[in-house]
Amino acid sequence: MTQNSINHFFKKYGAPYLFISPFYILFAVFMVYPVINSLYLSFHQWNGSTERIYVGWENYINLIHDGVFIQSLINCVIIFFEYVPIMTFFAVVLAYILNMGKLKLQSFFRTSIFIPYITPVIAVGFVFSLLLDRDYGLVNLLLGYLGIKPVEWLLTPTLARIAISVLVTWRWLGYNMIIMLAGLQSIPLELYDAAKVDGASGTQSFFRITLPLMRPIILFATVLSTIGTFSLFTEPLILTQGGGPMYSTLTPVLYLYSNAFQYLKFGYSSSIAYVYFIILFILTRFEWRYFGSQAV
Amino acid sequence: MSIRAKIITYIILSILSIIMLLPLGWMIDSSFKGMDEIFHYPPTIVPAKPILSNYTDLFKQFPFGRNLFNSAYIAITYTLLAIFFCSLGGFSFAKYEFPGKEILFSILLGSMLIPFEVTMVPLYVMFRRIGWIDSHLGLVIPGVANAFGIFFMRQYAATIPNDLLDSARIDGCSEFRIFLQIIIPIIRPAMASLGIIFFMSSWNNFLWPLIVLKSPQMLTAPVALRSLQGALFTPYNLIMAGSVLTTLPLLVIFLILQRQFISGIVSGALKM
Repeated sequence: MTQNSINHFFKKYGAPYLFISPFYILFAVFMVYPVINSLYLSFHQWNGSTERIYVGWENYINLIHDGVFIQSLINCVIIFFEYVPIMTFFAVVLAYILNMGKLKLQSFFRTSIFIPYITPVIAVGFVFSLLLDRDYGLVNLLLGYLGIKPVEWLLTPTLARIAISVLVTWRWLGYNMIIMLAGLQSIPLELYDAAKVDGASGTQSFFRITLPLMRPIILFATVLSTIGTFSLFTEPLILTQGGGPMYSTLTPVLYLYSNAFQYLKFGYSSSIAYVYFIILFILTRFEWRYFGSQAV
Repeated sequence: MSIRAKIITYIILSILSIIMLLPLGWMIDSSFKGMDEIFHYPPTIVPAKPILSNYTDLFKQFPFGRNLFNSAYIAITYTLLAIFFCSLGGFSFAKYEFPGKEILFSILLGSMLIPFEVTMVPLYVMFRRIGWIDSHLGLVIPGVANAFGIFFMRQYAATIPNDLLDSARIDGCSEFRIFLQIIIPIIRPAMASLGIIFFMSSWNNFLWPLIVLKSPQMLTAPVALRSLQGALFTPYNLIMAGSVLTTLPLLVIFLILQRQFISGIVSGALKM
């Protein structure tokens, strides 16, 4: 290229390149470099200060034999099935009810269901640990009125996972409901009118019209919930004191965090990060593929 | 709907609303109780001896005022910068043709698939080297031009007619002035929606500040709350007061700008 044509090129395209350049600069420095560096570190043993030792695949081999890590993945799968189907179902039903638009106090209901989403997780974690306290918690008090003996919510593995599931449902129901509401509003009303003319009941048109047409958006919400479940961190950190009891609420990110920043195993934690990344990638791909492409 | 169905719907929605608001109410309630009353059987619904000392102690014994201030100025700085850079990028992708645009945009979309957690350890090492540990720079700079925001703004900027830009060019406007004087006024509603999302995500950010920030005066409010949690003793009374103060700004902003916030979330989700 001559000097002239270079000048011409910049004159023509300089502005758009300049406008998008901040993203690519930050992306290269704070994402591409760390992602590659993370791969490099995952083949080393390093405490962050002394010399790095190359260990080949050792970190990965140790990781797949690491019962605690496996447990953290199993926990996420259990928690996912504990709350995602229920939350998604209720989000659709609530959106459906609120979409009918003939209720008084409608915006009050919508706002109060949505408010948990804007509450900082850290605050939620602490309040839930008070509410679920065995001796002084409100939940056990209310259960007591129903004749149920005090439950040790946060110190029993199964119940601790349920507590996490309840917290996540509480916090994300409103968000999901809002997304579903938007999905519902994009369904043409004529479809319902036509169904009514053909003699379909409300329940029938919910299952025959609403649900099928909502499929893409339910899928989107499920993918978000999958990512959200596998990246749980603050909730178990606060509510169950870092993944207890007996690792029953430990999550991959919590395990990654403690390996990196408490035990200073930078190499091992990098291998955790990579395996986590790959699992998440495969899972979400699978969801898109398997549930996204099926004929409605 | 029949009257009976309607009544049942109201009852269900009312119970649900109570459940959804109860933890928040309990938080406010407990923030006016002493430690002995928080851990008292049976729990009191209305504080028997309401006190304000939780709030005053929080400011006297800990730099919590400073922590709240940190959260606020980090969130505001981040939000303003991010809105600016994301609008600029989104505008560029929407309204210009240039070589490599398709590939660059695919890279941008693809970057959203990379979880932050993968970059955490190397970023920490990098920050240690460049002196960004215990500094607020590392909480603001890396995300100011982010893929989600650019993608979001591109949707809005795409609706602006090209004639508007062309006539400004004929008048001799530079491309950057076109952005400042023509584009920004048009995309302002979208900027507001995105701004609230950014503000909230910065304010609620926890994991990364927890790793990066060390000294008590530098902490953001959420990390400061976490630092009160002890192995042996946790002052729940102070934590509840702090939780109320950490929640309040978001609650106020949300109640004022609810419409923009919800429309931002919805368009973010539906256009993905």
